[in-house]
Amino acid sequence: MLKIEKLTVEVAGKVLLRDLDLEVKKGHTNILFGPNGAGKSALMRTIMGFSGYKVISGRILFNGEELAELSVDERAKRGIGIMMQRPPDISGVRLRELIKATSRGRIEPEALAKTLDLKPFLDRDVNVGFSGGEIKRSELLQLAAQDPAFFLLDEPESGVDLVSIGQIGKLIRKMLSAGIKCPGERYEKGKSALIITHTGQILDYVRADRGYILCEGRIMCSGNPLELLDEIKSRGYEECIRCKLKS
Amino acid sequence: MQAEELNLKKRAEKALQKRARYGEDFDLKSFGAAPKFAKPIKDLRELDPESKKTLLQVGIVPDAKARLGSLIITDNALAHTSLSDKSLELLSTQQALKKHPWLKAYAWKLVPVDTDKYSAKSYLEAADGYFIRVPAGKKASFPLQTCLLLRSEKVSQTLHNIVFVEEGAQLDLITGCTVEKGVEEGLHLGISEIYIKKGASLNFTMIHNWNKQIGVRPRTVVCVEEGGSFVSNYICLKPVRSVQSYPTVRLEGKGAVTRLSTIAIAYPGSELDLGSRAVFNAPGTRAELISRTITTGGKIIARGEMLGWAKGAKGHLECRGLILSESGSQRAIPILEANVEDIELTHEAAVGKLARAQVEYLMARGLSEEEAVGMLVRGFLDVGIRAIPKKLRREIEDTITKTALGM
Ligand SMILES: Nc1ncnc2c1ncn2[C@@H]1O[C@H](COP(=O)(O)OP(=O)(O)OP(=O)(O)O)[C@@H](O)[C@H]1O
Ligand SMILES: [Mg+2]
Repeated sequence: MLKIEKLTVEVAGKVLLRDLDLEVKKGHTNILFGPNGAGKSALMRTIMGFSGYKVISGRILFNGEELAELSVDERAKRGIGIMMQRPPDISGVRLRELIKATSRGRIEPEALAKTLDLKPFLDRDVNVGFSGGEIKRSELLQLAAQDPAFFLLDEPESGVDLVSIGQIGKLIRKMLSAGIKCPGERYEKGKSALIITHTGQILDYVRADRGYILCEGRIMCSGNPLELLDEIKSRGYEECIRCKLKS
Repeated sequence: MQAEELNLKKRAEKALQKRARYGEDFDLKSFGAAPKFAKPIKDLRELDPESKKTLLQVGIVPDAKARLGSLIITDNALAHTSLSDKSLELLSTQQALKKHPWLKAYAWKLVPVDTDKYSAKSYLEAADGYFIRVPAGKKASFPLQTCLLLRSEKVSQTLHNIVFVEEGAQLDLITGCTVEKGVEEGLHLGISEIYIKKGASLNFTMIHNWNKQIGVRPRTVVCVEEGGSFVSNYICLKPVRSVQSYPTVRLEGKGAVTRLSTIAIAYPGSELDLGSRAVFNAPGTRAELISRTITTGGKIIARGEMLGWAKGAKGHLECRGLILSESGSQRAIPILEANVEDIELTHEAAVGKLARAQVEYLMARGLSEEEAVGMLVRGFLDVGIRAIPKKLRREIEDTITKTALGM
């Protein structure tokens, strides 16, 4: 579904991502680990096509189509949806209005908001004064309205209280498995996702297929996400860098 | 009295050549006098669809249930009045001057006749307009609406409006100023004197909808007594040649408050010189002046002025200007002046383009660039008019969306 080949990206004259290869197959959920400042969010923003993230070499393919020439909204229309780590304040635009526009009127904002306890937020300006956890829920609400085929989730659980993590985790699981009746259908009809996490808490809710470790703009390692998480927890990222240097 | 009138007349005659302090100088001689007669409109519901649309675009609805009363002036003459609550007064200023001898003591007291050539001309033509009086303690359940319609080509319309909201009374007033379809060139000169008595409040919404060669020169002064409140929303979102207005609110009584919002768009060829001024003349008075303007190629000057003369006064001025094209210009001129201690006046001004990050955020949700910009622009303006009472605001937001932004 998503295939990234030898991608090098520059931001503000500085190379942030170098020679990066990554793949997320249809119906798969892959996890992206890495220390602060590694370039994880930058990768998601590059995939989405935000300005300022300049592809120097390599390419990003989505369902076989190269994304380079596509604008942000064209990528969204192809089925890519993003939950941003730090979305901008949209003063003057109420969440209700954005949900309506995003879902093209398919969805009744009230009902959708109820599942995320966001009803009181519908008449507030998007992100303005939202707490950290409220931002996460509002981003998810917008994604639910958008209904993408491919989810880019940037730290969906960070800053979220323990009760809400359950709520968010379950909703993400529900969105990723929308339209599939049995596990066997997952790789055929399921949605795909790339999820950034530091704590791995989201792994309690979604079935992850593959993990990647990103350090200093490079993929250091990939493998079973739970095993990678254990490794990071016990030995930290330093070890990954050392290991990569050896190879 | 006679002597005073003579004196006013003399002052006005002397000011007939007096240029206004700001804005393009219009040559009054190149405009004819607007007709002093009007074809009466019996019932707004019987207007032809085109006229109805013209009125709707400035917030004037034909439905009598949604409004307590309506008054329409076409060119320089009264064309319609209707009023369902007779405890209020809604008539033309000239009618009111005949009916109430006391009114003379208030007319031309807030706006000096010799402010500039436009006020002078309005005085000398004995300009008519609307007169509204809400009796003490009366809280009007629905808004009143007034419409000032320019119908003739290349004339100067002169108007004089006087509003009284008596002690403890409350009113929502909508005034729509516009031109009949097809009228291309003209001048609209409007004097407004508004008295808000002790504990009274007026929520005033004014929508302008002009044409490319129309010049607009309103002259407005509001006097707010103790505990009174004046909330104003000025909306101008269609092409116009030049609007220059700088209404002044005098906060004369303890604890008087005001909030003035301006939202406007300047198209190529438009010059909008818009401002508002609050004068704090009594302790504990408050003011908030907000301006949200957009240029798509025209010139905008957003002025704001707060003059503090009394202790415990507090005021905030916020000017935001968006530039949506290569050619337009935005100039923000905030002025703060404190003349006593224990006073707090602040301002915030920003001009520039839309933040790319905001546009792309909405695009990432599948909105096209055009839709994203439209949503942000609407939101930008919307913040400027949030003080309008909820029900009315929805109506006005609708007007903005459908007729002004064409979305
Ligand atoms: N627009 C930008 N201009 C300058 N530097 C940037 C820009 N965007 C990202 N960076 C820098 O690039 C590096 C990677 O940023 P990124 O946000 O991708 O980190 P991350 O891996 O998501 O970290 P975290 O776990 O803290 O979210 C950081 O050092 C960041 O400061
Ligand atoms: Mg990040």
